[in-house]
Amino acid sequence: MQSKAIEVWVGIFMLIGVAALVMLAVQVSGAGKGGGETYRLEAKFENVGGLNEKAPVMIGGVRIGRVGGIRIDKDDYGAVVELDIEKQYDNLPIDTGASILTAGLLGAQFVGLSPGADDFFLEPGDMLELTQSAIQLENLISQFMFNQGKGEE
Amino acid sequence: MSFLENLGKFGLGFVSRLGVSFLFLVQALVGAVKSLTRFRLIVHQLYSVGVLTMLIILVSGLFVGMVLGLQGYYQLVNFSAESSLGMVVALFLVRELGPVLAALLFAGRAGSALTAEIGLMKTTEQLAAMEMMAVDPMIRVIGPRFVAGFIALPVLAAMLSGIGVLGGYLVGHGQFGVDPGVYWSSMQNGVDLVDDVLNGVIKSIVFGFIVTWVALFEGYYAVPTSEGVSRATTRTVVTSSLAILGGDYILTALMFGGL
Repeated sequence: MQSKAIEVWVGIFMLIGVAALVMLAVQVSGAGKGGGETYRLEAKFENVGGLNEKAPVMIGGVRIGRVGGIRIDKDDYGAVVELDIEKQYDNLPIDTGASILTAGLLGAQFVGLSPGADDFFLEPGDMLELTQSAIQLENLISQFMFNQGKGEE
Repeated sequence: MSFLENLGKFGLGFVSRLGVSFLFLVQALVGAVKSLTRFRLIVHQLYSVGVLTMLIILVSGLFVGMVLGLQGYYQLVNFSAESSLGMVVALFLVRELGPVLAALLFAGRAGSALTAEIGLMKTTEQLAAMEMMAVDPMIRVIGPRFVAGFIALPVLAAMLSGIGVLGGYLVGHGQFGVDPGVYWSSMQNGVDLVDDVLNGVIKSIVFGFIVTWVALFEGYYAVPTSEGVSRATTRTVVTSSLAILGGDYILTALMFGGL
């Protein structure tokens, strides 16, 4: 009897432990969510600012994928951003534009796509042509200061 | 001259103790593998090192999570970044506090008990009696305890992280009104399954190994007097705590430093 109670308790212990691990995996790290099949698009920017890998890719504020990688094009030194788009969004027109936006004033940066109107859709591996680089706060401020200074003369 | 002599004595003693402990580890691992067939013994040890430690882990995990929620909110609200509260709480718990705190509590609650138990077995010559009956204490006593400690700590660390996240949610949502969806989604965006959760589990496996090893070694080689057992118990807590904190630094540098 005593021995049986111990075994039951150990069973409960292991169950709670496994439940905690599953909770960490699913609820905390969000594994399995949006982890479906993806296809890869590329977009070339002049400057990616503070964009990170795994940053979200959004259309109209809805997440449709994440940034898979960022590298430099060796020929023209442009920054190439690899976008992993979920398979279900396979009808992006070829004149879709990409821009690097910021969530809030100082928030994390993400890639925003603005779908075009063309009848042809982007295929996996295609390069987005219409891109707009990240806004750099330092450049904006220095331009603003420069213009201010000219105005006073 | 006597200083040099003492230093040499200390060094030799340290090195020989280290050697003895590694030999013990090899024997204990062999015993642990052999004891795998005696499932019932392992279950009984899991009860004493796991189930009995569960309560202190759950209670402290809840409070640690709530404190993280409070402190995190007080700081983040200055930057109106309280939407990142979930991520901050979860990363702290999963990466560091879960494995380390669970291991420290485990060393205090279960490690010291293991040392005292085995030290007393040695003092009352139960281990010698077993050998007389051709029962190998490495398989009958040390092995199951090693396996149990190895299994119990990762499970306990996961419990601490899990309930800590819930504690942070209680404070964040209940007290400060952080939106539940924002709390969980910032967590899911910021926490990675492999980089964060899996590395935390690996840490707790390593700590479980260290604590159980130290506790069993100190007990097995305790001076067989009541004073010797009490000293061994103290040493278990001190040595394993230091090993956990030092090891945590090394593991963190290896895992998250990209080395």
